[in-house]
Amino acid sequence: MAQFDQFKQTFFEESDELLLDSAGRASDLDPNDYDIEELHALFRAVHTIKAGAGAFKFTELAGFTHKFETLLDRLRDGTLTLDQTCADLIVRGLDIVSDYVDAAKNGIAPATDQADAALADINAVLDPDGAAAAPASQPVVKDAAKAEGGAKTYKIRFEPGRQLFQFANEPLLFIRELKTFGHLTVDVDASALPAIDQIEAEDSYLSWQFTLVTERSAADIADVFEFVVDDATIEIEEVTAGRVGDTAERPRDPLVVESATAGAHPVALPVETQKGAPARGTPGEGGEKSNVTSIRVDLDRIDRLVNMVGELVITQAMITQQARDVAGKGRSQQTQAEEELAGHTRELQDAVMAIRMQPVKSVFMRMPRLVRDLSRKLNKNVNLVMKGEQTEVDKTIIEELADPLTHMVRNSLDHGIETPEQRRAAGKPEVAEIILSAEHRHGRIVIQAMDDGRGIDRDRVRSKAIEKGLIAADSNPSDEEIDNLIFAPGFSTAAEVTDVSGRGVGMDVVRTKIQNLGGRVIVQSRPGEGTRFVLTLPLTLAVLDGMVVSVGSEEYIIPLTSIIETVRPATKDIRRIDANFDTFAMRGEHLRLIYLSRVFNVRGAITDPSKGLVVVVDTEAAGRVGIVVDELLGQQQVVLKSIDENYRSVEGVSGATILGSGRVSLILDLDGLSEMRSFAPLPVDDADDTETDTDTELNGVETDSDTDPNAAHIAAAATETFEMGAKA
Amino acid sequence: MSDTSVQAGMDDIESPEGLTKAIAAGAASARASGNLDPQQFVSFTVGAEEYGIDIMQVREIKGWTEVTLLPNQPPHMRGVMNLRGVIVPIYDMRARFGQGMTEATATHVVIIVQVHDKTVGILVDAVSDILTVRNDQISPIPEVEYSENARFLEGMVTMNERMVAVMSLAKLIRNDALEFTDLTADAA
Repeated sequence: MAQFDQFKQTFFEESDELLLDSAGRASDLDPNDYDIEELHALFRAVHTIKAGAGAFKFTELAGFTHKFETLLDRLRDGTLTLDQTCADLIVRGLDIVSDYVDAAKNGIAPATDQADAALADINAVLDPDGAAAAPASQPVVKDAAKAEGGAKTYKIRFEPGRQLFQFANEPLLFIRELKTFGHLTVDVDASALPAIDQIEAEDSYLSWQFTLVTERSAADIADVFEFVVDDATIEIEEVTAGRVGDTAERPRDPLVVESATAGAHPVALPVETQKGAPARGTPGEGGEKSNVTSIRVDLDRIDRLVNMVGELVITQAMITQQARDVAGKGRSQQTQAEEELAGHTRELQDAVMAIRMQPVKSVFMRMPRLVRDLSRKLNKNVNLVMKGEQTEVDKTIIEELADPLTHMVRNSLDHGIETPEQRRAAGKPEVAEIILSAEHRHGRIVIQAMDDGRGIDRDRVRSKAIEKGLIAADSNPSDEEIDNLIFAPGFSTAAEVTDVSGRGVGMDVVRTKIQNLGGRVIVQSRPGEGTRFVLTLPLTLAVLDGMVVSVGSEEYIIPLTSIIETVRPATKDIRRIDANFDTFAMRGEHLRLIYLSRVFNVRGAITDPSKGLVVVVDTEAAGRVGIVVDELLGQQQVVLKSIDENYRSVEGVSGATILGSGRVSLILDLDGLSEMRSFAPLPVDDADDTETDTDTELNGVETDSDTDPNAAHIAAAATETFEMGAKA
Repeated sequence: MSDTSVQAGMDDIESPEGLTKAIAAGAASARASGNLDPQQFVSFTVGAEEYGIDIMQVREIKGWTEVTLLPNQPPHMRGVMNLRGVIVPIYDMRARFGQGMTEATATHVVIIVQVHDKTVGILVDAVSDILTVRNDQISPIPEVEYSENARFLEGMVTMNERMVAVMSLAKLIRNDALEFTDLTADAA
């Protein structure tokens, strides 16, 4: 039933969020120093998933979470002490719940062996004296202090906040549950109910007084109201049997209310109520409770918003452009208005981009599980350290990060990290370490995955590459080049294809994926010491501040955040190292020069840096380099448009944008550029070259297409082969 | 067999906008009829040859405007164009068919098509007609002569004593890397 599917979807989304949050809490749980609130949160999460599982008839999930919840319940109320065994069980249990939820998502039956093992362990903890069978449905009566037996009478006051229904709570359900406890008398207080023409259909105006005769404890009763504790005032009071009267004189027993701020100490009643005032407003600021006021929004809607703001930026640039073209007339007024418009647009853009920013934590948090599973499988001992999880990145990038990160970690575990015996033999600590870190740098996000394993086995990589025809048998690639071979398509050195890393699709897919996002990934390795992957990605996919530069008849955009400075070097400071390598000196440093005119085969550009300009930029892979351009045309905020969408990624180009003139301009990928080689031979003397008609020129090689149509394609073929060679 | 029908008045339509409208109307009627048989094609000329492509793939017709060159791409890849905020690559069909680069002027035409979920433009000399063709009117390509292009040609149609080669854009533009199938590999 399609309608039902929609709720299932919500259940899955919610479960995923709960599991992610719980995983974090569980891994931080230290039996010697923990906050009881963590156990409460874990219990609530599992309890919620159990409820949904039951509703959608996911039987294995429901069954497991039921038992799991019992364990958590006993831990949080103190009848069971939290020790390392329990903490580990909690982590395991969450993994199993996660597996079951995934199985339910995919509509397949889950494997039950792990769950059965965990259940046995849970039983062992809950019932160490062996009598395993516990009645399935009723939670264990736990309040030992009050277990004198016999019926007690409670007076319960339940005063929900106005917003109760909006948090999907239904008082009727509580009342029904209370009824199952024993004998319940209900008194409703409708005094807050306004006239019918003033009623807000979704607000709650009623409150209740219950009198309950039951053998259950006050804690059990409080549990009934567990999920509305923030949205209502609840008072539970035991009265001596038979005396159901005015409670004013009785000393209140404040023990039982389940408050968000609970430690082990009894807490006063939740404070939200203003006495007498019917308005309850938003539920509790209960201090530590993470009452996040947030709403769920369809990502499509946000994307639309982001796109529209992007178009706004382009239009604003067009207006500025046109204003410039209208020379003179009323200029100063326009300038001020333009400035304000630009300012507002920029602010709007920042605000909109911030909506989609999320901490990378959500994708990092999948890693501990992966490491646990793989270490177990491969019999390796690994400690995963994560840093900088709060670093924020656009949501669309976060989703794309999951696969690459997984591949990198798998790669580490499979190829890099040695077995404990091997490590001992090498004099390394038995426990290997993988460090995952994220940080902002130069307006980009840099994610690193480092391990202290054995590094890349260069001999093996080299021989495998020769075997696959990726490099010539007699070639002599540098260490760095060998390392980069692992990104080649189809590459894999695993002796057999296992489901861990052997398939060989891993690293090249990683590189392609990251490149499609406008980022890059490099690998660094030291034999015996370890391997490091560095991933860089743009912070946002949509907008960037750029410097427009001209090279011949073309205009390109250099990301402003990467620009350090712009200089015009003196001829004496320029040094030619060899045919493809020029440097120039700047304050004692020698920086490599990249000629866009050569790398991009642009005709008519200034090729003598001392007559043009050198834009000094920072790259991740190659440090500081100088880009030779003709002139700077101005700074501009540009909206990133994808070339990949309808074509494919182009080396040296991270995307395109539409300038105020309507023309498409390419945005440079500085890291990519620094790794490209120029194709055209060094021009001997470009000064006389005024040819700019690209119709008869193909990639810098002139042909006379009228007389020899094949020349074009031969030239193209030559270029293409060259390209392939350069890429290897 | 020359009872393939021709949309009346195509010769009168000069402007790209007019062409687009005519094609949209044709596509609409093709969709309405379930587009199985007969099929509708948009035919265009490149040099002396005429080709036809499925009308359902054609989005619009644009006059040739300036493109921004993408560095280090095959020669038939002219560059990219701004199509109302979307970056669209433009392929030179004349170059693609081995006849050299088009010397594009304002009278040349770019057909914007949708292939494999991508929007691309193909630069041709002119758009000629909208043809309605039944499946049995398409004759297979004789293997020997056209081996080079045979891979993406689905057949020939004779129309008013002209021969129109029916082209499969999907085969011409391979899905994986949006790479044209390699002509040079077969070049004699």
